Amino acid sequence: MFIGHFTERPYQDRSSGYFGATGRSIMDLGMSNSSYDPKLGADLYNRYLDERVFAEEMGFDGLMLNEHHSTPFCMGGVMNLEAAILARITRRAKIVLLGNILPIWDDPLFLAEELAEIDMISRGRLVTGWVRGTGRESVAHNAVPPFNWERFQEAHDFIVRAWTKPGPFRWEGEHYQYRYVNPWARPYQEPHPPIWIPGVMSRNTVAWAAKHRYPYVMLATELQPTVESFQYYDEVAAQEGFEAGTQHRGYLFKVHVDETEELAEEAGRKYVQGPSNPFLEGNQGIVRPFIQNLPGLTQRNNLLPTMKSFAAAASRGRAGQHLKDSKQEAAPQPPKDIYTDQTDKLSIISGTPDTVIPKVRKVLETIRPGTIFFWDGDGAMSHDDQMRSLRLMGSDVIPAVREISAELDLKGPFEVDPAQEGGQATEEAAG
Amino acid sequence: MSETAYTERQVALATGKIKLLERGTGTPAVVLHHSWGSPGWLPFHDKLAERHRVIVPDMPGWGGSERPAWAREPRDIAIIVGRLLAALEVEGAKLVGLGFGGFVAAELATMAPSRLAALVLVGAAGLQPKHGEILDQMMLSHRKYIEESFRDAETYANYIGEEPPDDVRDLWDFSREMTARITWKPYMFNRRLEPLLGDMAVPTLVVWGENDKVVPLECAERYAAAIPTATTVVVDGAGHVVELEEPDRLATLVADFPAVPAGL
Repeated sequence: MFIGHFTERPYQDRSSGYFGATGRSIMDLGMSNSSYDPKLGADLYNRYLDERVFAEEMGFDGLMLNEHHSTPFCMGGVMNLEAAILARITRRAKIVLLGNILPIWDDPLFLAEELAEIDMISRGRLVTGWVRGTGRESVAHNAVPPFNWERFQEAHDFIVRAWTKPGPFRWEGEHYQYRYVNPWARPYQEPHPPIWIPGVMSRNTVAWAAKHRYPYVMLATELQPTVESFQYYDEVAAQEGFEAGTQHRGYLFKVHVDETEELAEEAGRKYVQGPSNPFLEGNQGIVRPFIQNLPGLTQRNNLLPTMKSFAAAASRGRAGQHLKDSKQEAAPQPPKDIYTDQTDKLSIISGTPDTVIPKVRKVLETIRPGTIFFWDGDGAMSHDDQMRSLRLMGSDVIPAVREISAELDLKGPFEVDPAQEGGQATEEAAG
Repeated sequence: MSETAYTERQVALATGKIKLLERGTGTPAVVLHHSWGSPGWLPFHDKLAERHRVIVPDMPGWGGSERPAWAREPRDIAIIVGRLLAALEVEGAKLVGLGFGGFVAAELATMAPSRLAALVLVGAAGLQPKHGEILDQMMLSHRKYIEESFRDAETYANYIGEEPPDDVRDLWDFSREMTARITWKPYMFNRRLEPLLGDMAVPTLVVWGENDKVVPLECAERYAAAIPTATTVVVDGAGHVVELEEPDRLATLVADFPAVPAGL
């Protein structure tokens, strides 16, 4: 079992009026950065880095970073910079990027170089991951949405080629052209850093990940749809001639652990009290589906079973009925108690180790992942909230989860090579 | 005339099939639709068909016309529309472009001015405003964008209804994807268009709604300044969709042109 830690690194400005249970909702891509305070940003970046170092000390195998743009709910606009710093200030944990938004890179050779440097500085601790990004990212970096999937695939093929094929070589692709590919930086790991694919709803992406034998990490989707999505992965794997296992299954879910049940509820409720986040159920803010799902960004009749659940769809910021946009330009009506609604269905697990561990066990039994990430320290949670949780993760939860995983035979991708039985999937390069 | 009197057909080009609507006789008038697609046969087309052979194609990639997956800019679309006119053996046509269709029409006119009797640009995109911006539909819901295209919300509601029917939304949604493929960036203009307008001899009529909130009125002045033959008519009170709000007025302007009513 591979156990990682994750937070979105929210921009927490308590004086802003959009923060906390009584704050106003933020409209997706509707907030000016004129209210951004770089001094606060400095505190927060350093806080989140410190917490990652402590998470490593507490026994986490991986430190997961993600990337969003032009939004207060995630400060990871330049995730690779954080990864590079972690490469230097941590010693053991994997640095897991889930993931770089490939289609918004106009020059993916820069990305290949950056990631190779991070892999070297960390001496081979980098796990790369690729995503297509939400509409927000296409808007913020102005990448043409209808070409998102083509660019994703070509950038992937190009980067893997740049990492593995001795240069110099030419690349004359559909979306990327280079006359001299010969980066003077090569990945520390052979043949290249592991590649994991995070996602939530695109059937295309699940099938693509399975064809490449890349582990797929479901991002905080509800339990049953998650199981169904992994069944789809398994089906594609079978068609491709291999049997998918726990090493191909990753799952991110919200887990906070605290010293008392009272503290756990107080902190747990803060998941839904930070800056509005279309990915945080209960505090999505005012989602604008026409931005989340830009024209041509996804194949709209090609959704995973996660979309069967309205709550899952809404919590992931994409409305199934994408055309009914005008009716949804309003904050969704929350249930009477957002927090208990989510704890009931294990969307949020918060408690003392004694109550948290059995719930985590239930999730592991249901989904059978070889990789998990505890999503913690988010929303309105303070540094102290996060540090209390990390301590108890280290002393109680992580050891217990390792025992449960051994009992359930949940092997992660560093125990069983996801590319085994035929070796690393072959890259189909366009060049 | 009944509304069913137009004909619909397909024209096969090497780049894909083009669907078009057609009615009337006389000098051909080819009408290129907005970025949100052709809503079908309109009162404007009917009025124009009283004096012209009116041809209303779905531009390639919109509506019922096959998508040229390789196309990347309005000039590519203009080339295909030019091929369509050749296939139809249309010579001496009046080419009428509405909004984004005006952008395509202007591009086409720079390439084949001798084939055209007149160019009519109605709230045409294509030139970058110096002061304002062309309204970015990508940052608006379909409904909001179309509402902004009318002179006011009430006119929009009278025409479309409070909530557009599903097939209308489907049209808008489908069209937006092609629009994104063709003019996501730069959005709705081409810096390589204006330098080519100067030597264009085709008589040009620039028509703009006084209250156009999509393409600033300033762009009418820029077209007029760039095209030596241009005459400009500003339609009082109209928004971006002059053909919907003032169909008879626009049809008469097009049919009379190159004659222009006195006082304009």
